[in-house]
Amino acid sequence: MATSLFSPDAIAIREQVPSFLAAITESAGLLVAAGLATSDYVQAVVANFEKLGPYFVVAPGIAIAHAAPSADVLRAGMSLLKLNQPVVSGSKTNDPVSLVFTLCTPDSEQHIEALGDFALLMSDSATVNSLLNASAKSVICEILKI
Amino acid sequence: MLIYAVCGAGIGTSVLLKSNADRVLADLGIEATVKAVSIEEALNKDSKAQLLLITPELSDQVSEIRSEVIAIQNIFDLSELSEKLGNSLS
Repeated sequence: MATSLFSPDAIAIREQVPSFLAAITESAGLLVAAGLATSDYVQAVVANFEKLGPYFVVAPGIAIAHAAPSADVLRAGMSLLKLNQPVVSGSKTNDPVSLVFTLCTPDSEQHIEALGDFALLMSDSATVNSLLNASAKSVICEILKI
Repeated sequence: MLIYAVCGAGIGTSVLLKSNADRVLADLGIEATVKAVSIEEALNKDSKAQLLLITPELSDQVSEIRSEVIAIQNIFDLSELSEKLGNSLS
């Protein structure tokens, strides 16, 4: 199941953040807090955004930040920072952003199957709406089945 | 035929795009191989891909490429994928 990428330690809800950069920094920081990546990975995610822009805002209100696989990643996982007040990313079509996921993987294999399950989960608009409306971490964990 | 799903690093957005494109192609009854790649790989001159799936922000960077480029606004919207792939491949 997709949800094997998630762990409760890497889920957080915030009222608001000052910028999209702050949002992805905090989201990637959850991976560090959960023991999935080192702080160098956070820098790599930020650098990826600065180089390529908000292309990873892949659906209305949803960002999936990440950097390339590296030794800064301890094991494959995903964090979610849910913002009660959405933030503007600069995306042409999908702003503002409320769900800031960050993906990490040590290689290009480990996460593939779980990510496929995640794609299926997020293709259900009812699931996405439930995540957008979740006011407690426990509710998010339930939706993500963790 | 070969389709590339493209993102910055070839591990995140592109894998999600591939996953949903595979589902949609199966529903449409179209036989194709979808490969998740980084933008560097997509820009390789020897690329055999006939079609590129990519998010709008990155599509400017592949404008020189020979393959047909389809920009996908919502990678979780199977109906958008189905419509755009269907139009292009049928």
